[in-house]
Amino acid sequence: MNALLTEPFLVSLLFGAVTAGLPLLLAGLGEQISEKAGVLNIGLEGMMLCGAYTGFLATYHTGSFWLGFLAGGAGGMAVALIVLLLCIRRGLNQIVIGIALTVGSQGLTSLLHFVQFSRTYPRLPAAPVLALPLLNQIPILGKGLFSHNALVYLSLMLVAALTWMFRSTYLGLSLEAAGNKPAALDAAGVDVIRTRSLAVLATGFLAGVGGAYMANVGAGLFVPFMTGGAGVIGIVLAMLARGRPLWVLIGAALFGASLAMTTALQVAGINVPTDVVQMLPFAVVMLVLVIFARHSMLPPALGMPYVRGER
Amino acid sequence: MTAREPGEGAAMTAGEGGAGATATVLRVLVPVVLALIAGGLILLVLGKDPLDYYGFVLQRSLLRWGGAQETLTRMAPLLLIAAGLIVAFRAGIWNLGGDGQFLLAAVASAALAPVLSEVLPRGPVLILCMMAGALVGVLWSLIPALLKARYGINEIITTLMMSFLGTSLANVLIKLVLYDPNTTVPQTRSLAVEDRLPRLFGTSIHCGLLLAVLAVILVHLMMTRTAFGLKLQVLGANRAAAIHAGFRVERLTVVAFAISAGLIGLAGAVEVLGVWGSVRADWNPALGLLVVPLVFLARLNGYAVIGFTLFFSALMVGGETAARRVGVPQHYVLVLVALLLLFLALVEYLDQSRRKRMAMKA
Repeated sequence: MNALLTEPFLVSLLFGAVTAGLPLLLAGLGEQISEKAGVLNIGLEGMMLCGAYTGFLATYHTGSFWLGFLAGGAGGMAVALIVLLLCIRRGLNQIVIGIALTVGSQGLTSLLHFVQFSRTYPRLPAAPVLALPLLNQIPILGKGLFSHNALVYLSLMLVAALTWMFRSTYLGLSLEAAGNKPAALDAAGVDVIRTRSLAVLATGFLAGVGGAYMANVGAGLFVPFMTGGAGVIGIVLAMLARGRPLWVLIGAALFGASLAMTTALQVAGINVPTDVVQMLPFAVVMLVLVIFARHSMLPPALGMPYVRGER
Repeated sequence: MTAREPGEGAAMTAGEGGAGATATVLRVLVPVVLALIAGGLILLVLGKDPLDYYGFVLQRSLLRWGGAQETLTRMAPLLLIAAGLIVAFRAGIWNLGGDGQFLLAAVASAALAPVLSEVLPRGPVLILCMMAGALVGVLWSLIPALLKARYGINEIITTLMMSFLGTSLANVLIKLVLYDPNTTVPQTRSLAVEDRLPRLFGTSIHCGLLLAVLAVILVHLMMTRTAFGLKLQVLGANRAAAIHAGFRVERLTVVAFAISAGLIGLAGAVEVLGVWGSVRADWNPALGLLVVPLVFLARLNGYAVIGFTLFFSALMVGGETAARRVGVPQHYVLVLVALLLLFLALVEYLDQSRRKRMAMKA
């Protein structure tokens, strides 16, 4: 057991948890915005994957990590644009389109990657790290939590900003109304379609940035299918969080930690099948649900297209 | 109240007469053609010949007898999953946990079959294993079903989570408990070829296909022609109405979940007993989510799903080989699938809004 408490182990665990958790956090926050506005974004996985691809490409060609994140956001938004046009404006089935977009992104990114790089997977240089002064001097925590890419700290600020926005801004309340009673929002003179469109674009951007972080910082390269279910975890996190950004953060930390645990255990020389550890967060959440059996409240209009004048 | 009730619009499928037959065929053919054209354009941009690609797909998956048999064989699990999804969706239940149910059932039947084969003849072994698969599927859906029925907890989250859990658990079982010590890659003990599901009339197609077609038809008849099916449809269309009508909604929910997951579990068992004979670690065909759009596009109609499944299966079988021949990655077929889904949904939408306009005029 002593091997587990050494400094390298704890540092790699904490560091890995942040690295693995950040894409989940961003995707989960994004999905939360959509769900609040009444859009069930099953295509989240596709947005992340496209973001990972475009983000990687931008950083690979320009060398700039910030451009990479922005390009990732743009890639995610490109997928979101299809959701916007087909599901929000035209009211097509969100689940069918969502699955189509995920499958399509998987196919398209592997196709494009193959055309450019054939079967090679070029690596990026290590991402720049912003070590927070003073805080990074703390033993273990300093290296594990406070020596990350600046995007990590920005994302934490985003959690606070979103909490504030949902609770006390006009936009936040409009989003909530678009999911709870779109007709009321419409009657109040706010365009439901526009509110939802904004929400979905924001989702695309955040999921795309999350994907870009996964490729550029987490892995340092792009591999087809690399998101491997992260989008689905993002959807689960958003639903469990019931509209509260802080809960997405807690969930992302939990899932990130369990993903990091497997690599950290290998560092410590303990060989457990990765699957055992990966089951843990899901098992914990299911257990909590069974024991407390609360209603997972979702907006009543979730997944319903809004058509003016139709009941 | 959850997301848009999946049972919505199911009522429209019943009672469409022969006059709508041409429209129905068009509704499917037009998007297929559009998707093939759009996919072809992508190939052209990449400097490949789309006609070559489609030619290979067609030849490999349907025109050659061997390929056609493979296409039909691949339909079996797809159809069983589709049957399971139709029951759930018509009852207003989002069972998105198909992958976990499928895999655990596959592992259970794969573990059981070689052991039982030592003591029992083939027939009983296969039947027992299929029952075990279905039972495992049902068990794995029990927690989401009860949480939904009792406390109204959203089943999208719970089934997705149980699916992740199930996929991992299947791997853990194979790697730690059920592995065959004689193989390097962890996998379950292999079921001898002569002990697998019997083939049909000297072909390579196993009889699971018959079972699957039968299941889809029976499910369709059950949902449209029986009182029980009607109850489920009412539950799907309007939960409050079902409660008001005095249905035992909790029990209906659990039963619908169980039938759905049982059929998906059966799909896993049939795939193992008919095709693979064992389950390797990290094997996950991930059919659960892929069948969802097919079922929707068939408007939850059991007969229509058979056609969609055939096309999909042919595309998957032919697409991989054709990609290799033409020199694109085999995942190009996913682009085609996505385009097809997009165009199908789009044409469906246009058709509906046209009908709405006509109804307004009338």
